[in-house]
Formats: sequence, C-alpha cells, structure tokens
Amino acid sequence: MADVQIARALPLAGMVHGGAEVTVSAAPAAYRISLRAGGPAVAALSKALGVTLPKKPGTSASAGSRHALWLGPDEWFVFDETADPAADCAKSKAAHSAVDISHRNTAILVSGPAAADVINAGCPRELSLEAFPVGACSRTVMGKIEIVLYRTGAEDFRVECWRSFSDYAFAFLADAARGL
Amino acid sequence: MLLIHCPYCEEERPELEFRHAGEAHIARPADIASISDEDFAQYFFYRDNPKGLTFERWRHIHGCARFFNAVRDTVSDKFVTTYKTGEPKPDLAEAANENKPQAKKGRGSK
Repeated sequence: MADVQIARALPLAGMVHGGAEVTVSAAPAAYRISLRAGGPAVAALSKALGVTLPKKPGTSASAGSRHALWLGPDEWFVFDETADPAADCAKSKAAHSAVDISHRNTAILVSGPAAADVINAGCPRELSLEAFPVGACSRTVMGKIEIVLYRTGAEDFRVECWRSFSDYAFAFLADAARGL
Repeated sequence: MLLIHCPYCEEERPELEFRHAGEAHIARPADIASISDEDFAQYFFYRDNPKGLTFERWRHIHGCARFFNAVRDTVSDKFVTTYKTGEPKPDLAEAANENKPQAKKGRGSK
C-alpha cells in the first residue's frame, strides 16, 4: 500500500526556478506522517521511530533520512524520503495517532543567500539565524496559505504545503524570487 | 504587525497565525439538561462586552493549533498577558498596572 502511495505523481515534479540569489525547486517524494501522542507514549514512539521526538517548541530532530518536527505540545510532523515512519509507529504499542499524509503535503526547497527574503515575501516570521536557527521549524502562514517551514541550513528552507496549494506556493515563491 | 505571545510555543508570533475564539472562563453547567431556559441562555448566548480589559480565548491556529487565554484591552488592542488553558485568571490589578500608559511597549504582548 505504501509503495503504491509513494509512486503517485508529485504535483510539482521537476519544477525549478533558478536564480543567482535563490533557487526554488520541488522536493523529492517523501513519506510523511502527522503524529499525535501524549506524554507517556513519546519515549516509546521515539524508540520505534529511531529519532527522539523533540519536546522543545519550534525545534526538530533528525536521524539519517528521518526528520521529526515539533508542531504542537502533542503533535509532530515526521518525514522520511526512504522509509515509512507510519510502519515504524505501528510497531509501537503506545497510544498514538499516526496519519499518513505523504500525499496531502508536498514540499518546496528554497535555497540560496536570499532564501529567507523570498519566504519573507509572504511569511511574517522573523527568519534571522538568531530567531529561526538551523533545525527550527514551525507551522505558519505564507501568502494566503498555511505552511510548515523547516530550516535545513543557514540558507536552505523546506516549505511544506498542502498538495492542492502547491501551485500557488510555488508561483508565489518563484514570483518573489523574480523580484530580487 | 501585532505580536502575540503563545504560551505553548513560548514566543511572540505574528497576529496572522491567530484566531479569536470568544470569551474565556465560561464554565459549561455540570448538568446542562436540568437548567432552566433562562440559565441556558445566560450560559450559551450572553457575553460581556466590556470596554477595557477582557478575558478571551484565542487559538494559535496556524502555529501549534492550541487554544489559550489572553487578557486584552479592547480600547488599545494591547495584549496584557496570555496563559495556558486551564490556568486560573491572572491578577487583573497587576495586569492593569502593567497596562498603564507609561508601560507602553512596542510589542503587542508582554
């Protein structure tokens, strides 16, 4: 089932908007889950997933290809480009909810010296390295849509948005990049 | 842009991430089937509309998605304080002192 899901066409497959200051491109396919779990289950799920679920607001944890992003006090967004985290969660007996959202979301990678400026064209968050360091993540807004923003490097961001909004998100970012 | 302190995210976040969610500290009657229509109306429909400090629920819908409570001045739109759902009402006198004009701050909340 999971293999069938990940074989589905990506909405932005192959799209790239390049420039000297910033590159906006579609991210490769990934498994994604929306994970909800209460206090006692977190340790068991961290073990099952192989990555320690962060408890500090706005932070993330990574292990290999797997990334766990804190979204709320009992909510994490986990994505992995090689293995299905939902299957690993299913091995745990701890009470939790892991919903496969691999194809609800799609991701856009924004990289380059002006990456933060391009995202700030529609996102009101402060994206200086002090306020939003590498590894920081957050659900927030960009233009007219909700996104999950994840800083993967000093000049690299991953913008997760809903599949049906991905055309808008990509066009928004590409347009902002054009205005530099 | 107004910045609102989210007690769950533990930082100030832009107002665009938030939604107003009505008056705070309204307790649902324990046995709602047995109360009179008037009491139900009081619980369900009637809300204070004060000029000045008000207790409100807000939701950080485009952030951690949590509901929390806030004390806001309806005149100045200043967020005096925010606190987690379930926590008791903060001391209003203290909040009012903080809200005096000389304590004016550039930020939306403190």
